[in-house]
Amino acid sequence: MRRDLALQVLARTIHSRDIVVAVYQALFDWLALGPRELDYVSTGAMGQASSHGLGLALASPGRRVLVFDGDGSLLMNLGALATIADASPPNLWHFVFANGTYEVNGAHPLPAAGRVDFAAIALACGYRSTYRFNELSEFELQLANILDQQGPLLVELKVEPGEFFPRNYPYIHSAKARERFRTALNRN
Amino acid sequence: MTGLATETPHPSGPEIIRQLKAAAVQFVAAVPDIVTSEGLLWPIERDPSLRLLRLSREDEGISICAAMSYNGTRAVLLMQQTGLMDSLNAIRAIAVDYHLPIVMLVGLQGKEPHCLPEFSSAYGVRIVIPVLESMNLRYSLIEMPEHVHTIRRQIDLCYRKSRPHIFLIGRAPNLQ
Repeated sequence: MRRDLALQVLARTIHSRDIVVAVYQALFDWLALGPRELDYVSTGAMGQASSHGLGLALASPGRRVLVFDGDGSLLMNLGALATIADASPPNLWHFVFANGTYEVNGAHPLPAAGRVDFAAIALACGYRSTYRFNELSEFELQLANILDQQGPLLVELKVEPGEFFPRNYPYIHSAKARERFRTALNRN
Repeated sequence: MTGLATETPHPSGPEIIRQLKAAAVQFVAAVPDIVTSEGLLWPIERDPSLRLLRLSREDEGISICAAMSYNGTRAVLLMQQTGLMDSLNAIRAIAVDYHLPIVMLVGLQGKEPHCLPEFSSAYGVRIVIPVLESMNLRYSLIEMPEHVHTIRRQIDLCYRKSRPHIFLIGRAPNLQ
């Protein structure tokens, strides 16, 4: 499935109070759909999205936290799956956009590209449940049901790049982006 | 010259925990470290007013503490200096570049009790302060019992100024 189309499905389904933590090209594709105040864009170091998501989920138990991770990013912080399972936040949904490459770093293949089963690893670590989708239509059909369940929950999406959206690194690392999120988070 | 007397009174673990609570810390993210295991980590695990988060790697804790800070939730990261070294890029990117209040309690494993870190025979200990200084990171030494009493104030300052701070624990905290 095309990543940008999968993100459009997510954008139609989530609530305005939900926090979204996205990384790299999934983040740039997501921002192109129309930035939200509760987009957490400043994850700093590669691989850390799910750890930021865990912190947000524990500190804001009244909100849903959705992490849009990459497969290369998650490989860099695979132990986070065990950490998240141990903390077991019921309000954390972990989506992994798996394209088998380090896309923004030249699209080089990941080690064991296509063979790493993130859904199986997460389930073995103790995530409450996991899903894997190859087809957009099936993902679209199941998404509302997935978001009705308690987390931590991982959804692995086999994706290919869609339309190319610009990579605005200065914005995602800016004080303005962080302040915008902080203000929205503390507003209500 | 080693910088400390041969008498080696140790900092109080219960007092460190009192300081954390007085600073409104709710979460302790940790990877076990033998220097702080008995005097801090086990008591924290048993303390119902602090929530312990067991990490797989230390740099996860930088991100967890950072994310929590956005709504004012206070957390500290407890680890060994090896984990601190492993986390330098996350500290650089998240704590320093983003100006976020990350509080770290770091056990100096391998440091001799009678000397300051810069005089340790252990290379891994000796380099800690020069590395922190080269990154312009603020730190405090927790060697003597009286050093513990600065913890609450430093944590408050860290959150008020939105900047990182590192407590270097050079002697195993005791249980009294």
